[in-house]
Amino acid sequence: MSIGVMLVYGLLGLIVVITALGMLTSRNAVYSALFLVLNFATVAVLYMTLGAPFIALAQVSVYAGAIMVLFLFVIMLLGAEHITQRSTGRGHRVLSVLVAVALLAEAVIYILFRGAGVEMAALPSLPPDFASPAAIGQLLFSQFLLPFEITAVILLSAVIGAIYLTRRERQAAARTAAAEQPAEKPVEEPAEKTPIY
Amino acid sequence: MPLSYYLILSAIMFLIGILGVLLRRNPLIMFMSLELMFNAANLAFVAFAAYHQALSGQLFVFFVMTVAAAEVAVGLALMVAIFRTRHTIDVDELSMLQG
Repeated sequence: MSIGVMLVYGLLGLIVVITALGMLTSRNAVYSALFLVLNFATVAVLYMTLGAPFIALAQVSVYAGAIMVLFLFVIMLLGAEHITQRSTGRGHRVLSVLVAVALLAEAVIYILFRGAGVEMAALPSLPPDFASPAAIGQLLFSQFLLPFEITAVILLSAVIGAIYLTRRERQAAARTAAAEQPAEKPVEEPAEKTPIY
Repeated sequence: MPLSYYLILSAIMFLIGILGVLLRRNPLIMFMSLELMFNAANLAFVAFAAYHQALSGQLFVFFVMTVAAAEVAVGLALMVAIFRTRHTIDVDELSMLQG
């Protein structure tokens, strides 16, 4: 393998790792979200190198576009950029890092010595229409028709759930009910007047 | 590039996602770390799809993306609702169900 190809792949991997670490460590949630956008875009480039142009474009438009815009919108809506400066305890932190590193070591050892990484040294030459949108659509509407339909139901229930959870009427009704409650109740029960939450 | 390049990169991304969920106390960052873990799994899926020349792997990525989008919509809506009633989204403060 030529040195230039190695350099390009090494640079891509480095950007992926550095942006992920930046997401993990930045104090400001907006910077975290922007680091994650860069991470998703770089992973989309990796998808391109794996012969998956459709998935790469879906990644850019769905993840880096729609989902991260939703994240930024909620961060700014809640003013949550600097929320929770308080850090976790020291023992918790050490234990977390230990468990995560053990998991990574296990995965890497498996990949390098037992898994498929050993015998698959180079990307096989893919046929030109391997992952064309037409091929993906054909498979999606034949073999994967049932999961595709279930996906529609999941998206519908997510839309309904999101609208239900964020509407304001229910809260306002609860507040007026709480305001009316002492008026209706007789005065002899002051113990009942504890707040609702 | 050998397949192990993509798999190790995916494992590192997954590790950083786990660390984000375990170490950070801001639920928005925890959600982003979750997305990072989804992304790591997707990268492994696409890599295997290419090296085994099986298109089903890419379709699984498609489904994972859809479910992740639904999960983010509901999760962020929950977070907005919690913030409205409690005026905080610190995960350590939200222990109402604790006895």
